[in-house]
Amino acid sequence: MTLALTWRQLTILRKNPSLFLPPMLFPLINFTAFAGGLSRLREVPGFDFAGNYTAFVFVFVLLQSAAFGGVFTGFGIARDFERGFARRLMIGATQRSGIVWGYALAALLRWSLVAALVTIVALVAHMQVGGSGIDLFGLYTLAAIVNVTGLLWACGIAMRFRSVQAGPLMQMPIFTVLFLSPVYVPLALLTGWIHAVARLNPITYVVGAGRGLISGEPSHVALAFAVALGMGGLLAVWGLRGLKRAEQIV
Amino acid sequence: MTAALNDVGLIAWRSARRTVRQPANVIAPLVFPLVLLALSSKGLESATRIPGFPTDSFLAFFLPFTFIQGALFAALTAGTDLARDIDTGFLNRLALTPLHGTALLLGQLGGALSQALIQSLIYLGVGTVLGVHVASGPVGILVLVLLALMVSAAFGALGIWIALRTGSGEAVQAQFPVLFFLIILSSMNLPRNLIETDWFRTVATINPVSYMIEGLRSLIIEGWNLQALALGFGISIVAFICGMSLSAFALRKRMART
Repeated sequence: MTLALTWRQLTILRKNPSLFLPPMLFPLINFTAFAGGLSRLREVPGFDFAGNYTAFVFVFVLLQSAAFGGVFTGFGIARDFERGFARRLMIGATQRSGIVWGYALAALLRWSLVAALVTIVALVAHMQVGGSGIDLFGLYTLAAIVNVTGLLWACGIAMRFRSVQAGPLMQMPIFTVLFLSPVYVPLALLTGWIHAVARLNPITYVVGAGRGLISGEPSHVALAFAVALGMGGLLAVWGLRGLKRAEQIV
Repeated sequence: MTAALNDVGLIAWRSARRTVRQPANVIAPLVFPLVLLALSSKGLESATRIPGFPTDSFLAFFLPFTFIQGALFAALTAGTDLARDIDTGFLNRLALTPLHGTALLLGQLGGALSQALIQSLIYLGVGTVLGVHVASGPVGILVLVLLALMVSAAFGALGIWIALRTGSGEAVQAQFPVLFFLIILSSMNLPRNLIETDWFRTVATINPVSYMIEGLRSLIIEGWNLQALALGFGISIVAFICGMSLSAFALRKRMART
């Protein structure tokens, strides 16, 4: 069931490039805007990051693309409910949790293409990579967990509302949480309320560890993995309970 | 002349009422730029410590971006509404009346402009509450709103042209990333002379949106910078005329087709 659903989702994407382009374009737009337009921020006193600004921004954009890769797959789930496919899927499934994991695997494969493209663009833009192979493996693993976490959030919403109209509910919280982390400058340079909020924001630790990994100066990596896996665990419960809710109504 | 103005007024009134009656058309374009303003103005505050940065308030520096983003939403509204008129056959029925094409196009901007006016006043109000002081004073505020409306009219004309070319609301909405990319590749985050990356600075210098933002920004952080204002108004007016000319041509072709 899981693999069949994954294959179906990928086939839909292959046949409808218009569904694939926005998740591909948005990270590239952000990367261009941040890395190209804001590199002067590197000169702000106290900007302590070992790599160049392109690498600093790349980590955020990679994590953003991962989270939104999950959210965009959530749109597909909602569309499947609107068109009645999800109802038929539930009738046919022996183990329905496989539906959630099928969508999750599709989200992961879909995002891996976006991640590859963003990485190539960043390397062409002279991103400095100071981390070793293991560090980079850690970075992409962290991003993959964020991708599945984003999917589980969107899946929970899609299965509760069963309509694409719930799209803003899938996107806006993810967007807000991501941008309430140190996006443009390190945490120490944030001031006022955003500093206080960013310190409490779990994504801050994921972004910070990711930046440490790419620059070859890893710090708080275990904490970041614990946070990412913790969020993933909580949202797995959210997603699976959404499935239960959908089962009751369908 | 009076009859033509009356026609424009009627279509504009219909367009404005239709826009205001749809909360989704009003709320999302208000909330999204304000959320971005809140997040970016704090997240990028340390940019004011770059030597040569023109103000010590990034909020004041970034506020004009909300007007531009609001104008983009207004363009999408104008385009989507016209696409719906095409889809429902309303445009074809209008074609049977003595209404002049120019009156239709100008009137269709009524919704976008009313939306832009509401947005501009709210953005300014929020900015003022958060401590932004408009350096050009009360008259400057009036000019600021006027320029914001001109920018919205320019973007709105573009939205109308896309609607007439495609006849599809979905196609108009799909232009959002393209138009947003145009805004992002401007001097929205840093003054052009402080943009370090050569190609980005060149693109921002060519990009007309930079001059629209800089015109609005000059009134907030500098006072009366006549060069920035002349460029802001001039480029907005030229963009508006180009957009309307393309729209008039597209309207003629569409009418000939139907």
